[in-house]
Amino acid sequence: MNWLTNFVRPTIRSLVRKRELPENLWEKCTGCEKMVFHRDLVANLSVCPHCEHHMRLGVRDRLKSLFDRGEYEQIAVSGVVADPLKFRDAKRYSERLKENRAKTGDDDAMLVARGTMGRNKVVAAVQNFAFLGGSLGMAGGEALVTAAREAVARKAPLIALSASGGARMQEGILSLMQMPRTIVAASMVRDAGLPYIVVLTDPTTGGVTASFAMLGDIAIAEPGALIAFTGPRVIENTIKEKLPAGFQKSEYLLDHGMVDMVVHRRELRGTLIRVIDLLMNKKRSEAADADGTIAIPFSPPSVFRGDSANEGSDLKRAAE
Amino acid sequence: MAMETFLEFEKPIAELEGKIKELRHLSDSGEMDITAEVAKLQSRADQLLSETYSALTAWQKTLVARHLDRPHFSHYVSGLIEDFSPLAGDRVYGDDRAIQGGPGRFRGRSVMIIGHEKGIGTDGRIAHNFGMAHPEGYRKATRLMQMADRFSLPILTLVDTQGAYPGVGAEQRGQAEAIARTIEVGLDVRVPVVSVILGEGGSGGAVALAVGNKVMMLEHSIYSVISPEGCAAILWRSSDKAKDAAEALKLTAQDLYKLRVIDQIISEPTGGAQRHPQEMVKRVGAAIATAFDDLDDLGDADFRALRRKKFLDMGKVGLA
Repeated sequence: MNWLTNFVRPTIRSLVRKRELPENLWEKCTGCEKMVFHRDLVANLSVCPHCEHHMRLGVRDRLKSLFDRGEYEQIAVSGVVADPLKFRDAKRYSERLKENRAKTGDDDAMLVARGTMGRNKVVAAVQNFAFLGGSLGMAGGEALVTAAREAVARKAPLIALSASGGARMQEGILSLMQMPRTIVAASMVRDAGLPYIVVLTDPTTGGVTASFAMLGDIAIAEPGALIAFTGPRVIENTIKEKLPAGFQKSEYLLDHGMVDMVVHRRELRGTLIRVIDLLMNKKRSEAADADGTIAIPFSPPSVFRGDSANEGSDLKRAAE
Repeated sequence: MAMETFLEFEKPIAELEGKIKELRHLSDSGEMDITAEVAKLQSRADQLLSETYSALTAWQKTLVARHLDRPHFSHYVSGLIEDFSPLAGDRVYGDDRAIQGGPGRFRGRSVMIIGHEKGIGTDGRIAHNFGMAHPEGYRKATRLMQMADRFSLPILTLVDTQGAYPGVGAEQRGQAEAIARTIEVGLDVRVPVVSVILGEGGSGGAVALAVGNKVMMLEHSIYSVISPEGCAAILWRSSDKAKDAAEALKLTAQDLYKLRVIDQIISEPTGGAQRHPQEMVKRVGAAIATAFDDLDDLGDADFRALRRKKFLDMGKVGLA
C-alpha cells in the first residue's frame, strides 16, 4: 500500500491537477504573433502590449469598457421569425442558430444597451462577430431599430459599434432588406436631432458597411480594422490585381476621407464622451476616470490630424 | 428577331424550332408542301415553351433574368419616356454609365427616371461596365433623387444589375458609403418612388435603387442578397452548387411576393421578355402607369413616412 499511497496517488493527483489549470494562459497576438499573458490582454482591452494590434474584443467587455463604471443595462429586443426561408446548406440554418446561441448565450449578433458615458445618457448597439460572423439578419435589424427608438425616447445619442461579415445569407432577401431598415433607424435618430455615432471595428464589410455603418454623423474606426464593401479576397479573385498596401484598413479609409478618425481602443471612451459633449452642446463631462481627459495642446503638431491616436501612430512610425 | 440565343434548358425547344426552320427552307425551295407539318411542329414548340416557362426553377430563372436579349433600361426609356434628358456625373469624380438617369415624360407627366444599364453588344456592355456601378453612379443617382425631390417629380427606378462593381477604385472612393447614402436619400425624399426589377436585382447595388413605395418585379427576374454562385462558394464551398443555392435563397419574383418584400409581379410574354421585348416594354409601361395612379389616389400623403413604415414592417407580417 505504501507504494500506492506514496507514489501512485501523488502522480495521479499531479496529472489531474495539471488538467484543472486554466487552458490558454497565453494568447498569441494575431498581429505580431508574440505570446501575451491572458490577464495582461484583458487588462489592455485585447490590445497587444507588444505591437498595439487591436484584437477582437468581446461584446460585454466592449460595453463595460465604454459605459461609466462599466455599468449598463441590456435592452431586450423583441423576437423575429427565426429561419424564415427554412434555409439549408451543408447544415441547417436553424442548427447554426442553435449552436451560436449556445456558444454566446445571446439570441443573435447584436446587443442593445443603455447607460451613461461621462454622465450623458447613451444607447449603444454592438455587433458580435462571434455570433455567425456578426452577420446582419432580421434580428440584427430589429436590434438597431429598437436601439434607435430607445435613443429617441430617452433623447440620447446612439452609438453603433459594427463588427460584421455583412448580410446574413441564410435569410436571403430578408437580410438584404435590413439595409434599408437599419438606415431608417439611423434616420430616426438624426431626425430627432440626436448624434448618431458609428465605431467601425474589425471587420466591417458588405451590407453592414453599405448601410448603417457608413452613415454616422461621426465615424470612428479602430486601428487596423478591415472596413470594406467587397472584401480583399473577392476583389483579388475578380480583378486579378495586387492590392495596394494597407488597402481597406482604417488608416487607409482615413486617408481616403471615409472615416473621421482612427482612435486607439484605450482612448475610445474619452473620445466618445468628448464628441457627444460637443455635439450636444454640453459642458465638458468630468470624466469619472483619467482616460476621459484630453489636455489642450500647448502648440499644434506639425502635421495636424486632429486626434491624438493618429499623431501617436505617426510618431511611432517615424521613430521606427 | 434575327438570331435567338437559346439557354441550355431550352434545348428541346431549340431542336423543334430548328426542324421548323429546316422544313420552311425546304418548302421555300418548292420541293414540297409542308404547311400542315410546320403547323403541327409549331404548336408542339409553342406548347413546350409555355410549359417550360410556367415551371422554371430558381436557377433557370436566374439564367433568364441574365439573358442578353432581355430589354434593358434603354429599351424601356425609348419605349415609354418622351423627352428623356439624360444627366451626367456626380459632380465629384466622374460619370458612371452603369447608372443612367434624368427627367423625362411618362404619359404626359414629368418624372425622374434612374436605372442600371448593362449595355447592348460587346462595346456597349464594356462602356456600361455590364451594369455594375461605381460610387460615381450611386452619387449621380443620389443627386438626381434630390433634384426630383426639389421639383416634386415622382421617381421611377429600373433595377438591373448583378451588383455594385468590386474593384480597388470603387473601394477607394467609398462604394459602401455611396450605396448607403443612395438608400438613405431614396427613403428620405418626399415624392413617390416606384421601382421595377427588370432582370437581375443583385444585392446592395440593386437595393440602392429599389426602396420604392411600390416595388414590382418582372415574372422571371430575380432579387437576392448574393448571387447563387457567390452563396454556393461561401456556404457550400463549391460554385458547382449554384443551383442549390438559387433554390435555397428564394430569389424569384414569386418567392419575394410571398415574403411580402415586393408588391407586384409583372407577367412576361410566353417564353420570357427576351422573346418579345416590345410586348414586355408595353406591359411594364401599363404597370408603372397603374402604380403612379394608385399613388396619386393617396393625394398629398406623406410618401416618406409610408416608405419608412413599409420597410420597418418588412418581415413582421406574412412570414410563417
